[in-house]
Amino acid sequence: MKASTTGSRLIGLTLLALLLFLPPILLLFDRPGHSGLSILPFYIFIAWLGIIALAAWILERDHEN
Amino acid sequence: MRTELVSLAFAFGYLAILFLIAAWGDKRSEQGRSIINSPLVYTLSIAVYCTAWTFYGSVGRAAETGPSFLLIYLGPTLAMLLGWFMIRKMVRIARAQKITSIADFISARYGKSVRLGVLVTLIAVIGIMPYIALQLKAITFSHAVLTGYPTPPIQTLAQETFWLDKSLWVALVLAIFIILFGTRHLDASERHEGMVAAIAFESIIKLMAFLILGFFVVFWLYQGPLDLFSQAAARPDLVGSLGLSAVPGQALGWVGTLVLATLAFITLPRQFQVLVVENVDERHIKRASWTFPLYLVAINLFVIPVALAGLLLGPAAQEPDSFVLTLPLAAGLELLPLIVFIGGLSAATGMVIVETIALSTMVSNHLVMPLLLRWNWLHLDPGRNLSGWLLGIRRVAIILILLLGYLYHALIGDSYSLVTIGLVSFAAAAQFAPALLLGLYWRGANGKGAAAGLIGGFLVWAYTLLLPGFVQSGWLAPGLIEAGPWGVAWLKPYALFGLEGWDIYTHALFWSMLVNVGLLAGVSLFTRQSRLEQTQAALFTEALRPDVMQTPLWLGQTTRGELYQLLNRYLGQAATHRVFERHDGRQSSNARDESIAPPGLITQAEQALTGALGSASARVLINSVVRGEALDLEAVLSILDTTTQTLEYNRRLEQKSAELARIGEELRAANERLRELDRLKDEFVAMVSHELRTPLTSIRAFAEILRDSPDIMVEQKNHFLGVIVKESERLSRLIEEILDLARLESGRMRLNPQVVNLSQLARDSTDAITQLYEERQVTLKLRLPDQEAWVMADPDRLQQVIINLLDNASKFADSTRGEVLMQLEAHGKNWQLAVEDNGNGIAEEEREKVFEKFHQIQQQGQTPSGRPRGTGLGLPISRGIIAHLGGRLWVEGPHFLSGARLVIELPKLQAPHETQM
Repeated sequence: MKASTTGSRLIGLTLLALLLFLPPILLLFDRPGHSGLSILPFYIFIAWLGIIALAAWILERDHEN
Repeated sequence: MRTELVSLAFAFGYLAILFLIAAWGDKRSEQGRSIINSPLVYTLSIAVYCTAWTFYGSVGRAAETGPSFLLIYLGPTLAMLLGWFMIRKMVRIARAQKITSIADFISARYGKSVRLGVLVTLIAVIGIMPYIALQLKAITFSHAVLTGYPTPPIQTLAQETFWLDKSLWVALVLAIFIILFGTRHLDASERHEGMVAAIAFESIIKLMAFLILGFFVVFWLYQGPLDLFSQAAARPDLVGSLGLSAVPGQALGWVGTLVLATLAFITLPRQFQVLVVENVDERHIKRASWTFPLYLVAINLFVIPVALAGLLLGPAAQEPDSFVLTLPLAAGLELLPLIVFIGGLSAATGMVIVETIALSTMVSNHLVMPLLLRWNWLHLDPGRNLSGWLLGIRRVAIILILLLGYLYHALIGDSYSLVTIGLVSFAAAAQFAPALLLGLYWRGANGKGAAAGLIGGFLVWAYTLLLPGFVQSGWLAPGLIEAGPWGVAWLKPYALFGLEGWDIYTHALFWSMLVNVGLLAGVSLFTRQSRLEQTQAALFTEALRPDVMQTPLWLGQTTRGELYQLLNRYLGQAATHRVFERHDGRQSSNARDESIAPPGLITQAEQALTGALGSASARVLINSVVRGEALDLEAVLSILDTTTQTLEYNRRLEQKSAELARIGEELRAANERLRELDRLKDEFVAMVSHELRTPLTSIRAFAEILRDSPDIMVEQKNHFLGVIVKESERLSRLIEEILDLARLESGRMRLNPQVVNLSQLARDSTDAITQLYEERQVTLKLRLPDQEAWVMADPDRLQQVIINLLDNASKFADSTRGEVLMQLEAHGKNWQLAVEDNGNGIAEEEREKVFEKFHQIQQQGQTPSGRPRGTGLGLPISRGIIAHLGGRLWVEGPHFLSGARLVIELPKLQAPHETQM
């Protein structure tokens, strides 16, 4: 039972990562910040770290059981 | 410090450290204390993904195409998120079937096909060779920048002779390294622990080097990231450099490259090697699923700052691919460029080592072995031992691959920039993805489809990426790209069928995948699988099910001797002994053993051969000695198909058996209870018989005396007759009571409950018993309330109980000054009627026993002379009646006198008038 929960969560997380890393959500962040440079790379790094943190949370919680 | 000698000393010193670490890792492995058995080392070994292409090329790519370099690392992040399903499945299959490379994996999946093994190996060699060349080129190039700065590397290199090219010497050192640590044993499925340890170490070095450089650029050259970004923003030509507009193909190119990187991460031969073949414990995948993406974030953190700093530096920074070196060189630093150079060297060598091991295994097992096996049958003496040969072939393959890589770099390497080769290689490796991934999840995919898909996809790849690359290198006329071959516009390699405006990689990926997946699916749907394919397909797709991989059974026959000879020939004596020992637990066979080999032994022998030669060749060899039906495919397939049903049945059976156990428990409890009741019944019958016999005996005795002695005195006669009457009364009373008890216990006692004044009833009862008390000289005191005590009861039965209690009390009261107290009082919602005597009382532990049938209290020291004995049924009956009336009857210690106190408790009726209605 436990394993399938982790599996569903991982699939959900992968879909979330796809949503965040692909247009059209991606296009929302492709605009200049106040320095004039595009904030796209910053957005990607933050989304990336968020996905990793969620993955760590899902997988390590399962690990303890 | 930038002299030739120092940089060479650093470079070869670094390689020497690699040798030491690898030797240490192998030694620890032999001692059984593996150092690579940790999720961290596994993560670092996967980081071989970050090659010189990452180390130098990411900055170059960021400088030219903005954030698109990130896609190369977002793809693996996506793949790792699914690693717990996909990679774990591959690891499990590879372990069970002793698979040693991606060519072996695909060949094994499609029925251990020789043809597919050859195909995958050829595509890998053609597609990946430039990538190895790229790493060697990076070493040469970075060394030229390091020693020649500020002279551009092209000029520095132009002065060098062929033999002085550093990458040639690095390649030779690496060849020695790989031969030493990559071909120690023939069985390629045994892990290369020393090699993996060295790779993990290299991953630390390249990350550290890049982070140090990043800190230097951001905090030394500039006052932190804000300073750097604001300076970059001030340059109009850099303003758009970080947006999607800088990415080739924009949004579509973005998606295409992401898909490409995701697929390539799994299908690149070196990634397959570290992810699957070198995996020690499948639980490591779980940790690596998030630590490896974290590594990727870390190594990419400073790419954009370094790229911007390089662009800001202007011409002094030279080519974008060498910004990482030229930035510290331009600042006049000595040590930092060396550290960066070593970092780049570690990235390049790590890739070359793993890729060469993977490719050489594929070449020796899937190209050379099948050829050798055919050739061998024609020419070689069958008794000859070939195990030494096999290692030799693999070593020659290693040297050839490295030399080819070097020649590729030395002769034609200048024609591509770093990034271009990388993505072209990725696109070639991605052609394995449909056969690999569909094969993992779709049982119907077959070998013909896979071969058609691979060939089709590879041809499209060659046409859309490789051929135009040749044009750009100047080997073919540029008209091919601009006008299409023979001027046919819809055949233009970068705009096939008029599909224009896409970036070249997305374009190539789309067409090659369309052809590849289309052929794989289409051909699979319209052709049949061979029996062996069916089995393998089932084993692969169901790999995550427990115990599935142990199913294959050999039904063919061969002798142990033949098997022994075969293994001995290809694996050598030591390995052969190990296989036989593992199976038998002892060394028992030799070449002349004529006994039949058991199926398990044949399976193990095939696996041992697979580990060394690849599954296709192992299959051919085993078939050469095994006669008759080889595998019971029907059995395996039906086992697999029925496994699901069996699991379901098992689950239901478990439920049923749990239920049965519970019912059994209940039955046992009920049985216990019945036995107990049976025992009680027997006791009861015995007691009743006994009680009935006593009066009967005396009646009979006196009656006999009267019959036999006609001359008996009248007084005596009367006395005897009195006894007979009394005993008869006792007998009838006893029978009456037994009947009462039987009615009570069977629940057939009829009660006529009505509203009764308990106070009045108690008084009436005393009237009925006054005569008896006088006879026994016992004083009876009453403490009854003035008010009426209404209860719901059957008056006759309740009176019977009260009289019984009073009778008992008089029997057990003090024999000389007998005294009995009857008291009625309200107690909460109940009325309590207590009868207390001044006898000896009842001991605490005896108090419940008096309610047992036929229980007689032992009257210590005195016999109840003149007082009739009870039947021992009065109290049980009384308690039964009171319980029927909804009340309680119990014994407690004396309150006012010294003896026992029996209490009847009945619920109060609050409004008697209303209840009467």
